[in-house]
Amino acid sequence: MFRIDFNKLRFLVCDDNPHMRRILRTLLHSFGAREVYESEDGATALEMYSHYVPDIVITDWSMPIFDGLELAQMIRQPESKGNPYAPIIMLTGHSEKRRVTVARDAGVTEFLAKPISAKGLYQRILNVVANPRPFIKTKTYFGPDRRRNTANAYIGPERRLGGEAEVLPQPSLLDKARTTV
Amino acid sequence: MTKDKPATVQVKTFADHKVITQPNPLRKVLRRVADKDLDDPIARAEKALAGLSGEFKNWMSVEADRLAAAHAAILKNGFTDSTREELFRAAHDIKGDAATFGFPSAAAAAESLCRIIEHAPNLDEVPSDLIAHHINAIQAIVRERTRLDTVSTANELSRQLRGVADEFLMHANRDRPEHLEAILAPSIAPGD
Repeated sequence: MFRIDFNKLRFLVCDDNPHMRRILRTLLHSFGAREVYESEDGATALEMYSHYVPDIVITDWSMPIFDGLELAQMIRQPESKGNPYAPIIMLTGHSEKRRVTVARDAGVTEFLAKPISAKGLYQRILNVVANPRPFIKTKTYFGPDRRRNTANAYIGPERRLGGEAEVLPQPSLLDKARTTV
Repeated sequence: MTKDKPATVQVKTFADHKVITQPNPLRKVLRRVADKDLDDPIARAEKALAGLSGEFKNWMSVEADRLAAAHAAILKNGFTDSTREELFRAAHDIKGDAATFGFPSAAAAAESLCRIIEHAPNLDEVPSDLIAHHINAIQAIVRERTRLDTVSTANELSRQLRGVADEFLMHANRDRPEHLEAILAPSIAPGD
């Protein structure tokens, strides 16, 4: 069984609602996190992202100035001086499937629909820590591999060209651990 | 915080894309514990959240007041980009937060209001009573929360509001298939 040492992780929380920030701060501190930085809009979050270099970003979608989607797109700039690879967990009241697709295409790593729960948040954090996905760079996309599963039965046009080894899965620490037990 | 040395990034180039694999920089925060380890971070967090619950009623009142103020601005100035945006933000926050605060019926009514704002072809043509009833319902649910007999009433109120709102939206969007599809799509929110 694995646990996360939250006290070694630095979080950036971005939500314009002070009550939700308080909830998130409470949950993260209860998990054991000590470094939780907060911003109430996307612009401030981007500044804090460059300054504090968080390990994990948790962001709302709807926010003033620029929103969580734009924040994700600005972080996922492959040529930027900062870290474009940090996991981004989008925590949002938007609960339509199409929103998940839009968030995914902006480079969001995990999507968590409100209402928030301790279990839901913990699972998303565990997933980004233990099961990182390789990044894909195309003309129009830079972000975590959007293919979580390799569907052998897929029939249809391929969006990616270039042979068989299109996806290079990064070994999951959890899977590795299971095979060594 | 977790980066002591720069990670080596491997890049594999294909015809129209690159696959970039970097060593997991967060690997070191994972530690193996015995199966009998009794520490339960989720239970600890749930307990801490319960410790905040004494503040939830007040927080919910603040959110409901914000929604009422946004509605008052619309009654005074009509729908503009900024009044529409503020009404949507206020309703959207309640949709996302209210269940956590112990007001799931308020969340359901707020979701119904969000759907009207998002999918009505022209907000000026939405019956003003339909919006007002959502605002009043949310305020009543928050105000009357302490009465034990209000829970089922609140649920029924939210359910009926959603029914009326959906009927309006389906009629108003009968020629807009992309909106109809979104209106009819199931929610992915936990518990739905």
